[in-house]
Amino acid sequence: MRLSITVLVISLSLMSKSVQAIDPEQAFDDPQLQSRYETIIAEVRCLKCQNQTIKDSNAFLADDLRREIRRLLSEGNTDAEVYDFLVLRYGEFALYRPRKSGKTLILWLAPFIFFGVGGYVFSRVLRRRMALPVDELPVDDNANPTERS
Amino acid sequence: MNRFAAPIGAFVLLLVAFGIGLTRDPSALPSPFIGKPAPQFALPELHDQKEQVDNSSFSGSPVLVNFWATWCVGCRQEHAFLMRLAKDNVIPIYGINWRDDRAAAIEWLKQLGNPYVKNGFDGVNRTGIDWGVYGAPETFLVDGNGIVIYKHLGPLSDGAWQSEFVPRLLELASGQTP
Repeated sequence: MRLSITVLVISLSLMSKSVQAIDPEQAFDDPQLQSRYETIIAEVRCLKCQNQTIKDSNAFLADDLRREIRRLLSEGNTDAEVYDFLVLRYGEFALYRPRKSGKTLILWLAPFIFFGVGGYVFSRVLRRRMALPVDELPVDDNANPTERS
Repeated sequence: MNRFAAPIGAFVLLLVAFGIGLTRDPSALPSPFIGKPAPQFALPELHDQKEQVDNSSFSGSPVLVNFWATWCVGCRQEHAFLMRLAKDNVIPIYGINWRDDRAAAIEWLKQLGNPYVKNGFDGVNRTGIDWGVYGAPETFLVDGNGIVIYKHLGPLSDGAWQSEFVPRLLELASGQTP
């Protein structure tokens, strides 16, 4: 029992160490710049370790990209310019929220298109069935509600 | 029967779409530079720090730009094939030694042979980011005008060379723009 508690404590302390290892230092003294920096790195995909943001990843590529973003911000670039820098090099895929333009438009519109098509089919089926006399309804729809358990 | 035709049709279409999706490698990203000028770079040469390797180093004919490192297993894997390309004078190969240790890289070339015309040393990953590199090895095919024609991810091999590079080089040689 004692041993397992010791092991638990040691492993927990190791865990907290590895969590801290990612970008431990405050990047900017200016809190506004720091918060812009933190917002941006949470929006950028680590290309090496896809499905992680560069904020969450300690892969060296994420490290390098954070460095470049710090450099760009300290040189006075706007957020849009930082995103442009990344998209130019790695494509829209680098952003977790691709921008609404050109090639990525279909990504943004697809849910609404599918919803529209579904709604149209649903309303047509509904309308057709509402026009039918009750005894001509398909058998499954004609079941007596009281028969259900 | 007829009422099931549409849903079954849609289901089959989905199966086909997912089937195609399964054959694709989700970690392989297309390079945004295809068809565009290769990004500008200027790096010290690996062996001779005073010498500079940059876009003008490319000789005006198609070249390969190979990002490699001594810590990269795929680079060791493809090295023999690069040596063969160099020995047969197929195409000039320029290396970018990427996020590596200069001494280790020089030692590697001494031991395994040097297939490169020149090597830029990008120890801090500046040029790598500018070229959109996200893993090693990556190999760009750049034409005589400095336009990126193609990017290959992962180790080069004879198979990849025959199917991906040879047709493009033939097209370049015949003067067509792909």
